[in-house]
Amino acid sequence: MRNMMQKSALVLALLAVVAVSALAAGSEDDFKAAYAAAEAANKEAGKLRNQWTTTAATLAAAKKSADAGEFDKATAAAKEAEALAKASIFQATSEKTRWKDLEIR
Amino acid sequence: MKLRSAIYLASAALAFAALTLASTLPSGASDKVDPVADAKAFQKFFTDKFPKVKFEDFVNGPYSMNEDLYRQWQEKEQFPPYEFSLEMGKEMFSKPFKSGKSYEDCFPNKGIGIRQNYPYFDEKEGKVITLELALNRCREANGEPPFSYVKDEMAALTAYMAFTSRGKPMDIKIPNDPRALAAYENGKEYFYTRRGQFNFSCATCHVQSPGERIRAEILAPALGIVNAMPIYRSEWSGMGTTSRRFTTCNSQIRGVPMNPQDDEYRNVEYYLSYVSNGLPISGPGARP
Amino acid sequence: MASSIRVRATASGETTEVQALIQHPMDSGFIKDAKGEIIPAHFIQQLTFEYDGKNVFTADWGGGVSKDPYVKFAFKGGKKGDELKVSWVDNKGATDTTTAKIQ
Repeated sequence: MRNMMQKSALVLALLAVVAVSALAAGSEDDFKAAYAAAEAANKEAGKLRNQWTTTAATLAAAKKSADAGEFDKATAAAKEAEALAKASIFQATSEKTRWKDLEIR
Repeated sequence: MKLRSAIYLASAALAFAALTLASTLPSGASDKVDPVADAKAFQKFFTDKFPKVKFEDFVNGPYSMNEDLYRQWQEKEQFPPYEFSLEMGKEMFSKPFKSGKSYEDCFPNKGIGIRQNYPYFDEKEGKVITLELALNRCREANGEPPFSYVKDEMAALTAYMAFTSRGKPMDIKIPNDPRALAAYENGKEYFYTRRGQFNFSCATCHVQSPGERIRAEILAPALGIVNAMPIYRSEWSGMGTTSRRFTTCNSQIRGVPMNPQDDEYRNVEYYLSYVSNGLPISGPGARP
Repeated sequence: MASSIRVRATASGETTEVQALIQHPMDSGFIKDAKGEIIPAHFIQQLTFEYDGKNVFTADWGGGVSKDPYVKFAFKGGKKGDELKVSWVDNKGATDTTTAKIQ
């Protein structure tokens, strides 16, 4: 009886470890994907010569969190960086025509 | 999450504003580039907005916008903070390079009293040449390493050259060349384009809000704004070039700056200088 | 090498107005450089203006005074053509002095 209990406890423990590492690994994958997307968007903004300083800062913060193993935090920062980069792209594209509204005539 | 919704909200507001504005403003009339008309409208805008400011005083930026500041500045001008830089620039200017030549050999009239002609459009190269660029090219042509566009040495040189042109009216020419007109138009576009996370354009501060405050500073009008360059800024505890001002303006509104003397900066300096034609050179200047 | 002190003194009636601009880094000792290292304190500790053998103005400064300090003051007395002596000593023991004629 005792052996059985120990065995199941061991199995349960192993299962738990596998489950947790799977979650952690999933988190890391999430981060990698989010970071790649953010970097790509920022690169696009760079081609338009309109990057924001806060995008770079947020990307750096995301990387720092990831290096410390805090993947949830890192993924959130990466997604924020992507949003910032996309906003800077929107700004550059819309300003191509919108700038005339400010022009003194 | 909050930030993202804030950004989407801002974008939506932008789009909405675009729709409303589009319906109230005349559609970009003729698409022909007309610098003469631009300059006229530009100068009229500021003289209308500030009828009590004498035309030539626009080059004094914030000092013409606020009486108290003006008084403090007048006192300081008796012993101006840019004096040391100016002296250094004068010394540097006639000191020979390793090649035996000096800056005097690179410029018309030995570099004296010519600052008001910069920037100019070089038809051979097809680009705008600024004074800072010309100075570094002079160095390189004589086997010397170029100076940083944002540090003291370049500021000292341009301070000296500006000083020899003090009082002379800005005299920028746009040759009848489609590339020159394109550079001018590109500079104008840069000036009015919003950038950075703060979504400001140069015009946001210097056309829409001259005389008003941004934090503790009083904003200068765009008319004549390059005439006082380079400037000793108390904020920098030192001298700064036009390049330094352009790049720091960018980062202040959270936009990643380009490299000093990149095309956009040369072109916007060309535009700003042209629309300030007729206003006297007042550099080197002092600013808060 | 040129003096670090620029001075202009103007006599008007019973008073003389003095302005001086001094070239000095005036490093407070609190600022870090681009590498993150403290820039050592280097500032003028005492500035004196002497007329007719007497100190008409003495300034005891610390690191709080900005780079290239500018001073303006007036003192009773002083005649056109007389001399005004300006000197400073900094925390590294360096000094400079200059003499100007009152205008």
